[in-house]
Amino acid sequence: MTKVYTRPGTIKEAHFHYCPGCGHGIINRLLMEVIEEMGLREKAICVAPAGCGMLVYNYFDIDTLESAHGRGAAVATGIKRVRPDNLVFSYQGDGDLAAIGTAEGFHAANRGESITVIFVNNGVYGMTGGQMAPTTLTDQVTTTTPDGRNPIIAGYPVRICEVFSMLDGTTYLERVTVNKPAAVAKTKKAIKKAFQCQLDGKGFSLVEILSPCPTNWKMGPIESCRWIDDVMTKQFPLGVVKDIK
Amino acid sequence: MSGNAALGEAAVLSGCSCYFGYPITPQNELTEYMAKRMNELGRVFIQSESEIAAINMVLGASVAGARAMTSSSSPGMSLKQEGISYLAADELPAVIVDMVRGGPGMGNISPAQSDYLQATRGGGHGDYKTIVLAPGSVQELTKVVPLAFDLADRYRNPVVILGDGMLGQMMEPVDFDNVQPPKEYPKDYILTGAKGRPSRMIRSLLFDTKEEEEHNWKLVRKYQRMEQNEVRYETFLTDDAEMIVVAYGIGARIAKGAIKRLRQENLKVGMVRPITAWPFPAAVLQEFARTVHEFFVFEMSAGQLIEDVKLALNGRGHIHFYGRPGGIIPTPVELYRIIGRHYYMASRREQS
Amino acid sequence: MRGVNSSMKGMISIDPERCKGCALCIEFCPKKSIVISDRLNMKGYFIATFVDGKECTGCATCAVMCPEVAIEVMKT
Repeated sequence: MTKVYTRPGTIKEAHFHYCPGCGHGIINRLLMEVIEEMGLREKAICVAPAGCGMLVYNYFDIDTLESAHGRGAAVATGIKRVRPDNLVFSYQGDGDLAAIGTAEGFHAANRGESITVIFVNNGVYGMTGGQMAPTTLTDQVTTTTPDGRNPIIAGYPVRICEVFSMLDGTTYLERVTVNKPAAVAKTKKAIKKAFQCQLDGKGFSLVEILSPCPTNWKMGPIESCRWIDDVMTKQFPLGVVKDIK
Repeated sequence: MSGNAALGEAAVLSGCSCYFGYPITPQNELTEYMAKRMNELGRVFIQSESEIAAINMVLGASVAGARAMTSSSSPGMSLKQEGISYLAADELPAVIVDMVRGGPGMGNISPAQSDYLQATRGGGHGDYKTIVLAPGSVQELTKVVPLAFDLADRYRNPVVILGDGMLGQMMEPVDFDNVQPPKEYPKDYILTGAKGRPSRMIRSLLFDTKEEEEHNWKLVRKYQRMEQNEVRYETFLTDDAEMIVVAYGIGARIAKGAIKRLRQENLKVGMVRPITAWPFPAAVLQEFARTVHEFFVFEMSAGQLIEDVKLALNGRGHIHFYGRPGGIIPTPVELYRIIGRHYYMASRREQS
Repeated sequence: MRGVNSSMKGMISIDPERCKGCALCIEFCPKKSIVISDRLNMKGYFIATFVDGKECTGCATCAVMCPEVAIEVMKT
């Protein structure tokens, strides 16, 4: 018997704190698999957000920095400008990138900074207990939209990939998900491609990952995965949004 | 050279390899100087999208090991407070220049000294301190700027250079002959990619309250070392003074002009000029308070420096205050008249 | 828990203390060889276990879906 799958060496021993069935767990694992397979452990620097993803520094065995909420893209810019040979990526949730950090994300993208943004879109604010996010769907019930999101007063769900694709500085933008094995494989490929884009000096890359949040969606893990297919992808279509060769 | 440009050149000579800034009057000449100079030298310059982005770029550059600087004015400094709190919590070096203007709110673009409390108390959240240097002339910038970078690296802490619009814009002769080459500090905490060593994490979230408390006391011990070692001030005609003016930056220059006039009329007025607004030169004021009973605080504000003077004197002596907020710049003659009046009132009080 | 079958192509091991019983491995296992057991781990979750005698092809789909990186997969 040979080991076909084992824990990546780039993941620390700590148990994940995420809820059962949370997409962060899968995404964290994929990132570390990719970093191990591409031999990037000694080059990678990760900027962690505020939110459920903030504790990635307990799991990633690479240099990591915790940034203030939303500022990840600006912090990553500072790091990459000083250390252009490193692989610098920020890990941001939908509050971090699409609400408080929109200016920093937008402008890092606009400047074509050679960084990668891993954007975890689960349609809610997880860590703080399930409030509305900019990516919350119309009519979706959250703790701050108890009657469902009314776009007249609360605005519409934001499609970050499409918005960023309008900026000439962006090179590679893809939306993927982790709700089933084939999708997970595609997500891993997208992450690899984004990292390669950075290593090749081709400019700004972003992978938006639709991620299940069973606790705040008030569904079981499997139901959450189905909900992504049945509902979420109608608003957030999967696929390559931009890919400049 | 203008103060803004001299500050930029001094930063360059101090080994500043990254500058991030957002346009705001009255410090735009500094941002523009750095745009040109950093490009000439192949160093990093970014005009950021906001002051918030700039301070966070400074944080990123600092964590990657660079000497990084940003500059702004009062409203922009308010935006940077979050970033400064994070820099202090993460124990990262940085230099932040504040060319103070009239406030609050949008205020105006005229010079002021109404951000003393914001700078010295720290407008961000948490128990932290930043060293605050208050230069008073263009030439003094050639000393203060290298010192700021040095202290930032030495203590792994953000340092604020508290200037004002007049200092930034005034044109004075300046020479950089005495600027020493920057001292290298070992940086075993920076993020460079975990090559040949365990991975590092830099973070300020400490859920465990015991850990957070210990971290805070560690910072406090550092700040105590700063208080012991880094107080800087200048005295002017204090040997026989019966009234001591306390003023900093441009305020001190105006006060010097006033004191020279007062001395011509044999009024025994001197001045203590804090160069470090934090750590504040409390001990020297306490020493003077043993023989001097009149202190006169002058600041281009509604009264902020006076709080530190009151704390230092701890009830001893009489404290007079003259301030003009909103960007008004009093002349030395105006100040001379006001100080003179207070001096006479004080002597009459003593006689009776 | 291990699956034991001498003619099997593959074998998995699930770390009982990492497992949170999310059941994604169960949902996507092509051979339906994993179930939620009645065993509680230290975190208080009913954990997933491989059913003795069921088939494992070593496809690693369970490991691909596991958010806890709790599963290791072996193949002949």
